[in-house]
Amino acid sequence: MKQTFLASALAGAVVAFLAAPVHGQTAAQKKTAAAPKASAIPRTADGHPDLSGVYSNASAVPLARPADLGAKEFYTSVEEKAQLDAARAAATRGGGRGGRGGGAAANIDPETGQPALQLHYDNTQFGLAGGQKLNAPSLRTSILSGPEGKLPAMTPEATKRTAERRAYAAAHQWDGPDSRPLAERCILWGAEGPPMLPEGYNSDLQIVQGPNGTVSIMQEMIHDARVIPADNSPHIPAAIKQWFGDSRGHWEGDTFIVETTNFTDKTTLQNAATSDKLKVIEKFTRIDANTVKYEFTVDDPETWVKPWSGEVAMTKIDSPIYEYACHEGNYGMANNLSGQRAIEKKK
Amino acid sequence: MRKWVRGSAVAAVALTAGILGTFLPALSQAPAPAYKAPRSPDGKTPRLDGIWQANNEANWDLRPHAASQGPVYALGAEFSTPPGLGVIEGGEIPYLPAAAAQQKKNYQNRLTLDPEIKCYMGGVPRSTYMPYPFQIVQNPHTIMMVYEFAGAVRSINMDKATKAPADSWMGWSNGHWEGDTLVVDVNSLIDQSWLDRAGDFHSDQLHVVERYTPRSADTLMYEATIEDPKVFSKPWKISMPLYRRVDQGAKVLEYKCSEFAEEMMYGQYRKVPLPNTIK
Repeated sequence: MKQTFLASALAGAVVAFLAAPVHGQTAAQKKTAAAPKASAIPRTADGHPDLSGVYSNASAVPLARPADLGAKEFYTSVEEKAQLDAARAAATRGGGRGGRGGGAAANIDPETGQPALQLHYDNTQFGLAGGQKLNAPSLRTSILSGPEGKLPAMTPEATKRTAERRAYAAAHQWDGPDSRPLAERCILWGAEGPPMLPEGYNSDLQIVQGPNGTVSIMQEMIHDARVIPADNSPHIPAAIKQWFGDSRGHWEGDTFIVETTNFTDKTTLQNAATSDKLKVIEKFTRIDANTVKYEFTVDDPETWVKPWSGEVAMTKIDSPIYEYACHEGNYGMANNLSGQRAIEKKK
Repeated sequence: MRKWVRGSAVAAVALTAGILGTFLPALSQAPAPAYKAPRSPDGKTPRLDGIWQANNEANWDLRPHAASQGPVYALGAEFSTPPGLGVIEGGEIPYLPAAAAQQKKNYQNRLTLDPEIKCYMGGVPRSTYMPYPFQIVQNPHTIMMVYEFAGAVRSINMDKATKAPADSWMGWSNGHWEGDTLVVDVNSLIDQSWLDRAGDFHSDQLHVVERYTPRSADTLMYEATIEDPKVFSKPWKISMPLYRRVDQGAKVLEYKCSEFAEEMMYGQYRKVPLPNTIK
């Protein structure tokens, strides 16, 4: 169903390539281009830009920049086309999720910038190919912004904490349901966020913007929904920690800025066991009729030595969000655990 | 004499029917509410946005019911069934005979069969009157309803009606306004959800028409007409007020309850069994 948008997404990409000489140029020029023409974007009756719509944030851009690109933050349009062609070709051959960098940020090894997961079927059939159709055109070489284009170093404590948690998980992985990964338990998928990063699949979300600038975001992945008040109300009490944290928004001009705190310390973000000091800032800017620019900054002083930021585009799609009844259809949990018990009996 | 009695009885019935016939349509259609809800920024549609919650015992049993013992002795009074006046027009659910038998079976086995126990999404209409808040976020094209329990969510399409791509737990919702009333047509619901903890159920033929009518600044009237030719002999209706959560800082919090159903669902496959109670 979503494949019908291939043509329009590609057409959009072509237009963007022609009309976007801005990438890879000076910061000043980029700034000019980032400021949208007020007339080009839809607005709600109360004057705010209207973020409402169904979007895909699928992307062929890897989270971390391939090491050999150095500080090169943007491709030329010719280089980008070659990347996308290679990604599509590789996906069709069954060579993983895309050419260099692959597709889903969650499946990229942050150390090497290469796909961590190698699959062996035609990914384009299943919407799993990074270089395919719905992606918003982007000349970025990495989702992570800045000259480094990679995650900052982890603090020694966080490295230790992460290693300990990993070791425990490996030693106890088949003990019971609560020792399985969060995604397998249908509690949280790695890239759901915040920050919301492209997933391996189901990188779709619906935004409904209500009166007073309230924004509700439903991600297709495990039907997770966040209602973000924009009424200057304080965060929920610090005693309450949530998998998704607690999000509060406000409008600065035409940009919706969301601050999320109150995260649990039981989760993992980009392979790091984060702390309850985690704070995420997200910025939503509707830059044209079909695109929301999504920028984010992740700050957890107990996990990384400095904050990290990135940017990914959300492209409007003409498709409904499907209900991902993850837990309701989780046959894998019983099968995995009972299978393991059967293996133990055999021994 | 007998003739007269019969004649007068017929006349009385006719008269009663006539009177009812005159008044019933007016009664069965919600009278034009005296309350007029604040308008959306577009100036047209009423604002239903906010955090709402039912305040009744419908989730235990839609019918009028006395208090009763809960299904687990160890949970004592905390998990006993609170009494409720019921929310069904006429008080009874018009089950077909086989379905009535199935409902009794469901009730007897509710401890393992009720999808709520497993933290499955509540479906429609049950999600509305589970004892947890839900939030309405609306714009002219889409109304999103975000439910606390199990993080269930649905989008109500307010534009030209569309067809469901597949059956689902929360169904497929197309809405429109009738005056100040939000009318939502819900179909394509899978047959797995229940209507309450008493084993009341439906098939994949369930069709629900919901009506949300502003009643005061902090209350809505909720009505749902429930139709399912495989299970019920005729359509039936429930109605109840919904109350705004006016608590300071009210928020639909995260209630990812699947975590709390894991032991009940998968505990039998654990390497080392857990103790029966948590200290």
